[in-house]
Amino acid sequence: MLRGQNKKMSFNSIKNEFAGRSMVTFFGAFLILLTLCLVFFIASKGLATFYHSHLSPLEFLFSTQWKPDREIGEGGPAVGAAVFIIGSVLVSSVALLISTPFSVALAIFMTEISPGLGRKLLQPTIEVFVGIPSVVYGWIGLSVLVPFIRQSFGGLGFSWIAGSLVLSIMILPTIASVSADALRAIPGDYREASYALGATRWQTIRRVVLPAAAPGVLTGVVLGLARAFGEALAVQMVLGNTLRIPRSLFDSTVNMTSIITMDMGNTVMGTAWNNALWSMALLLLILSFIFILAIHKIGKRRSSVK
Amino acid sequence: MKKLGRVRSIAVVTALIFTMATILAACGGTNGNNAPSQQTNSTAAQGTTKPDNTSTSGVSGSAMAVGSSALQPLAEKAAQMFMEKNKDARIQVQGGGSGTGLTQVSSGGADIGNSDLFAEEKLPADQAKLLVDHKVCVVGFATVVNPKVKVDNLTKKQLIDIFTGKITNWKDVGGDDMKIVIINRPSSSGTRATFKKYALDGAEEAQGKALTEDQSGTVRKAVAETEGAISYLAFSYIDSTVKPLKYENIEPTADNVKSGQYPLWSYEHMYTKGEAQGVVKAFLDFIMSDEFKTTITELGYIPNSEMKVSRDK
Repeated sequence: MLRGQNKKMSFNSIKNEFAGRSMVTFFGAFLILLTLCLVFFIASKGLATFYHSHLSPLEFLFSTQWKPDREIGEGGPAVGAAVFIIGSVLVSSVALLISTPFSVALAIFMTEISPGLGRKLLQPTIEVFVGIPSVVYGWIGLSVLVPFIRQSFGGLGFSWIAGSLVLSIMILPTIASVSADALRAIPGDYREASYALGATRWQTIRRVVLPAAAPGVLTGVVLGLARAFGEALAVQMVLGNTLRIPRSLFDSTVNMTSIITMDMGNTVMGTAWNNALWSMALLLLILSFIFILAIHKIGKRRSSVK
Repeated sequence: MKKLGRVRSIAVVTALIFTMATILAACGGTNGNNAPSQQTNSTAAQGTTKPDNTSTSGVSGSAMAVGSSALQPLAEKAAQMFMEKNKDARIQVQGGGSGTGLTQVSSGGADIGNSDLFAEEKLPADQAKLLVDHKVCVVGFATVVNPKVKVDNLTKKQLIDIFTGKITNWKDVGGDDMKIVIINRPSSSGTRATFKKYALDGAEEAQGKALTEDQSGTVRKAVAETEGAISYLAFSYIDSTVKPLKYENIEPTADNVKSGQYPLWSYEHMYTKGEAQGVVKAFLDFIMSDEFKTTITELGYIPNSEMKVSRDK
């Protein structure tokens, strides 16, 4: 009797516990290994520039000479990626400068000022923004923004600012929704305590709620920056892809993701040119690691605040 | 409880081992130059066809053509027509660029590698000599400008001076006082390589002067909308929104390309690794047949058989 019950129990627990548990463990382990494989693959490809094609990492990072098709007789391929790296940094940071005030304001409005309207109208609107494919953003940028900039500010229209504007709209939902979550997570006690001291609503938001939610807002900003760095298609369509460091916001420029998408199909695997593109992919991967680390650091600070 | 723990750990270990094996196998596959897929592809390609069957009826088997996006529309049309005639044959056409096409065909990942350039220009010599070239058609290119530009003809010298940045205003080549805006293709593009080789005599373009767009459609849009813009496009992409220019006083027309007077053209290649066999051979024969010639012309390309001149480099 006791044995039978035991058996039944263990069968049930296999059915209820192990099946689900091992499935979840399997998929979890699979994902970890897949990530490791991916990192290993990109690293082995990306490092080939340095140990196989014998080009210097310092030259790759700091030289602006990008002549991967140069003949051996003229000095061999030069793969200085500084122009692309600087391009990525400039375009993404201006996008962040434009997007952050809008997103944080939006998050405050949605959570503090008008939660009803926020939930019914703004939340769905933001979700629509997330759902639009990047090629559509690029296309709109190319058809509307580029001619607009050309007519209003002169120049060619294809420019640093066009890239940054397109990106700022694309990262807005990320920053806004993460910030809104952070603001919502602030306990009501904080606000009540602040009101009890005689603070107005704006004072409460500015002096109490926003500082308390700052780590969460910062997480959103870093996530937005990561997305801005990685976005390829939409930016490439409006940036102009001129191999130079822009001197004004209305100059065309180029970034890492554009040169990868433009050249990857046309270059042959194993050549110095193709390897240099992989090195840029590796650099993007490293940057995203750094962003993730930063988010974790911020997250720790947030939990210690609470 | 103890038993429960043991069963659980066994399950976990099994799952881990299985995952590791799967992933290692997958990784090994990538590093090993796609060995397994090569095998399946070549057996499929040989199929049940008799190698000398050129009447293109009753051919069976499947083949994959990968590469050049300039050649893709033609290859797709050809595949579609070929499969209508041969119900048992399956030809798959993919883009991805000339570099991808050549990489895939020399590693055995595809049966046909489509390329805008000779393999020797892209691949190391030892890999290039294993490939067999099939010049399926010819593409003509023209210098195009924004319709507001009042210039109809450019000499080779003027074109070189414009693209190397020596001439920066249209008034220096007989047009209005308008800044010249160069719109280039990416330096890896086959179209740009061809243009640089034949129109610019290989002159190095000035770095950091030109906009770069990687799609012919985007180039056309940018030229049409940007005042003073100059670029180059394949004949098949030229429409009324842009203005094609004469080169050394010769009109960019298919007839002038055929007669050899107009030098801005290149071959479109379909490479196979070793001699083509079975369904691949039947497909290539079909593309180069008289039957397919009219389609080639309709799509804006020039049949190779109508060329009065030839190149081998």
